[in-house]
This record gives sequence, structure tokens and C-alpha cells, in this order.
Amino acid sequence: MDETISIVLFSGTDDKLQSAAVLAAGAAALGRPVKILLQYWALEAFKAGNVAADHGLSAEASEASSAAVAARAGKGNWAETLRQAKELGEVDIQACSLSMDVLKLEQSDLDSLVDGVEGVASFYINAGEGQILFI
Amino acid sequence: MANLEIKQKVDASGLSCPLPILRATQAMKTIAAGELIEVTATDPGSVKDFAAWSAATGNTLVEQDSSNGKFRFVLRHK
Repeated sequence: MDETISIVLFSGTDDKLQSAAVLAAGAAALGRPVKILLQYWALEAFKAGNVAADHGLSAEASEASSAAVAARAGKGNWAETLRQAKELGEVDIQACSLSMDVLKLEQSDLDSLVDGVEGVASFYINAGEGQILFI
Repeated sequence: MANLEIKQKVDASGLSCPLPILRATQAMKTIAAGELIEVTATDPGSVKDFAAWSAATGNTLVEQDSSNGKFRFVLRHK
């Protein structure tokens, strides 16, 4: 069984960033290799200096619970969860080269959590037979 | 309760998933094979999480109990 967990992180709201970070950190704690591919709105959230900004919540957020979710996930808490996951296990974060081109970004524009830039073929090869999640 | 020598105590009280298992993973890196850590947590999910974590990592869940919403786990480094 290929234990690698691959996550395509497309969304850039604090709740979904935190959701991905928790899934990545849990897998890392279990000793599973984790690969994260950042696309579009996720990539914007990973811009250097932008991590702790308010990235809002996804469209399905309810009025009643938004403040609680924002407090837990926001202010860069999701990035801190990812940082801890990277310290503990094998967590590799790559920026999607197409998204980088569209958003006119270079790797030097991104937070140090990002390990590199790759295309979708490289992502699939690294994912192997393991599961792929889209968030 | 068996008399176990705890090498390191980890207080994960008030921390939510997945931080208790992250803290335990961190602590395991600082001790040697066969040594024990004790984790206290308040996250109810940690009961199932530590069972899964020990099955996946090979570290043994030696002891666990709970009282007043506090959970305690003793784990042996594989």
C-alpha cells in the first residue's frame, strides 16, 4: 500500500486552509509522506507576508459559527499547523507552475513553507498509488 | 496502576486535533526506544486518535484512563 497522501489545495479561505493543514499534520504524525500542490487561491494565501492576513471563510460558512471558525483557523494559524507538520514529518509543499504563471509569481514571492514549483505530471508521479484529496 | 517510569510528560490540555498527536510525535523524537511518555489531553477525539496513532507508528499505548474530561495516555517508544 502506498501511504503517501497528496492534497491539491485550491481554496484560499482560512477555513479550508486550516482543513488541509490539519489533514496534512495528522498524516505526518502517523508517519505518512504528504505532498501538497498549491493552486490559484491557495497560492495567493501563501504569498510572503500574506499568510497571517484575513483570508475570509468559504461560501458555506454560517453566520452563527463564522467568528469561532475564523478565530481558530485565521491569523495564520493554518500556516503554523503546517509548519509543525513539516518539522515532524515528511511534508512537501509545491506551487503549481500554471497557477504561478497566471498569478505572475516567482518562488521568491512565496512564504518559506513552499518547497518548490512543479507541474501536474510531477505531482501525479509523486502521488504514486496513494490517495489524492482536493480541497 | 503499574509503576511506570515516565521519561517525559506532555500537557496537550486545551489543544484540539491534531495537536495532541503532533506533540506526542515531537516528544517521541527526544526519547530512546523502550522509554515512556505521558500525554494529558482534553480533546475527546484524542482517544481514537492515539489508538490509531499507536497502530500506525508502532509505538505502544501502554495505559490510558480518563476522569473529569481529562484523558491520559502512556506511550512506549518502539
